[in-house]
Amino acid sequence: MLELKNVSFGVETDKGTKGIIHDVSIHFDDDKFYVITGPNGGGKSTLAKLIVGIEKPDQGQVLFDGEDITSLSITERAKKGISYAMQAPVKFKGIQVIDLLRIASGKHLSRGECCTYLSEVGLCANDYVDREVNAELSGGELKRIEIATVIARGTKLSVFDEPEAGIDLWSFQNLIRVFERMQKKLNGTMIIISHQERILKIADEIIVIADGKVVKQGPRDAILPSLLGTDAAVTACSELEKGDA
Amino acid sequence: MLDKIQLQLLKEVADLDARPSGAFNIRVNGQAADRQSTANIEIVPKTDVSGIDIKIKPGTKNESVHIPVVMSKTGMKDMVYNDFYVGDNSDVIIVAGCGIDNCGGKDSEHDGIHRFYIGKNCKVKYIEKHYGSGTGKGKRILNPVTEVHLGEDSTMEMEMTQIKGVDDTDRETRAEVAKGGKLVVRERLMTHDQQNAISGYQVTLNGEGSSADVVSRGVARNQSHQKLDLRITGNAPCTGHTECDSIIMDDAKILAVPSLEANHLDAALVHEAAIGKIAGDQIIKLMTLGLTEAEAEEEIISGFLK
Repeated sequence: MLELKNVSFGVETDKGTKGIIHDVSIHFDDDKFYVITGPNGGGKSTLAKLIVGIEKPDQGQVLFDGEDITSLSITERAKKGISYAMQAPVKFKGIQVIDLLRIASGKHLSRGECCTYLSEVGLCANDYVDREVNAELSGGELKRIEIATVIARGTKLSVFDEPEAGIDLWSFQNLIRVFERMQKKLNGTMIIISHQERILKIADEIIVIADGKVVKQGPRDAILPSLLGTDAAVTACSELEKGDA
Repeated sequence: MLDKIQLQLLKEVADLDARPSGAFNIRVNGQAADRQSTANIEIVPKTDVSGIDIKIKPGTKNESVHIPVVMSKTGMKDMVYNDFYVGDNSDVIIVAGCGIDNCGGKDSEHDGIHRFYIGKNCKVKYIEKHYGSGTGKGKRILNPVTEVHLGEDSTMEMEMTQIKGVDDTDRETRAEVAKGGKLVVRERLMTHDQQNAISGYQVTLNGEGSSADVVSRGVARNQSHQKLDLRITGNAPCTGHTECDSIIMDDAKILAVPSLEANHLDAALVHEAAIGKIAGDQIIKLMTLGLTEAEAEEEIISGFLK
């Protein structure tokens, strides 16, 4: 369904071009749950942006259902069926949760329909539909609303960039349950960038990216054992445990 | 009988499709077109100058007054004085607003001077919308002056909106707040093309426990210009907050001049002012939901001005 073919990408710096992604080729199948992991700064988020169209590759192609979408804009890719949850959800003054869900679904939504999407991410619709998507919401709430917009779109490909980043432990536990539920009733392909062991444990396939290259790719059972105990597969409390040691 | 354009203006500024219930005064091209008083709210035309006195009896609850103005003649200059006397313990909604349609080559101008004398322990909600339409080269000009005398333990909530089509405006709002009084202002201002808007507030907090919260949100597009001048003076133990939040676009210019003056040790005053373009990640987020860049901008602006 999605294919990256020999994709390379770099950014201009004072010292010339710095390569971020180097000749990466990955094939993603229909209706599978992929987790991309690897060290920080390895190029995972950039890969997500190349899929969604926020960045364009310097070389190589992005194919979606066999069609070359390399030159298509973010909007055109979204309309073809690609959704994206950002690592740092965006805040808007004045735009309410119901507005964002309406835009995401592309139709007028009743409060009841909003309730369906919000309850899937563990939020009570009555408390949230009229709230503004602004700084008064916590990091965990913003994340869940971000994920609800992706659910509301219901596209065949959904990309989540580090859904666990920037939220507290309590919200994290709830978020994991959201993904576990989504994995069980999977409809379409999901690509999740994450270091979290519990997310990796529900993957169909795991891809490890480091230094802008694919280091490993394969079924969960083949890849996960080699990652346990490394920074590519942390538990929710590992940072705290490190601090105690 | 109002024509189609006048009815459209009435819809825009007062959300009216028909004669409102309750007290009202509809002014069309400088003349009273229709008027109705009620048992508690009396509307009396002034005899010395153009305008009306609106007298609200003490204890009037859950009633409304509509006083919209529409102008559809080119080259007309209309000046009107409207004075509101709100009796103690009242709870009312006042809907004002002015719509100008100018299809001609001469400027059309409406200058409304509204004075509010609000008694004790009242709750007043004031909604004012300004709107312009028409394809003529003549300007649509609105220069309102609003003066509020807010009595003890009374609350006034003001929604002031100018969304479209007003070429030139110089808005001046002055308020003095007595003991325990509370003034809340929500201004929404959008300018486009070559438009010019000046909006100034001077709120004076005179009584112990008085408060003011003045928030102005603006969007300046194309080559338009906005000047926002939000001032609060605290003469007693009081709390005051002003917030001026603007989105700048294209070649527009915005000047925000907030100022605070404390004349009492226990006057707690805060101002915030921010001007910036639409954040790139906001546009990207909405594009990932399937909107084009232009659609994303419109959603962000309409949300901001909601």
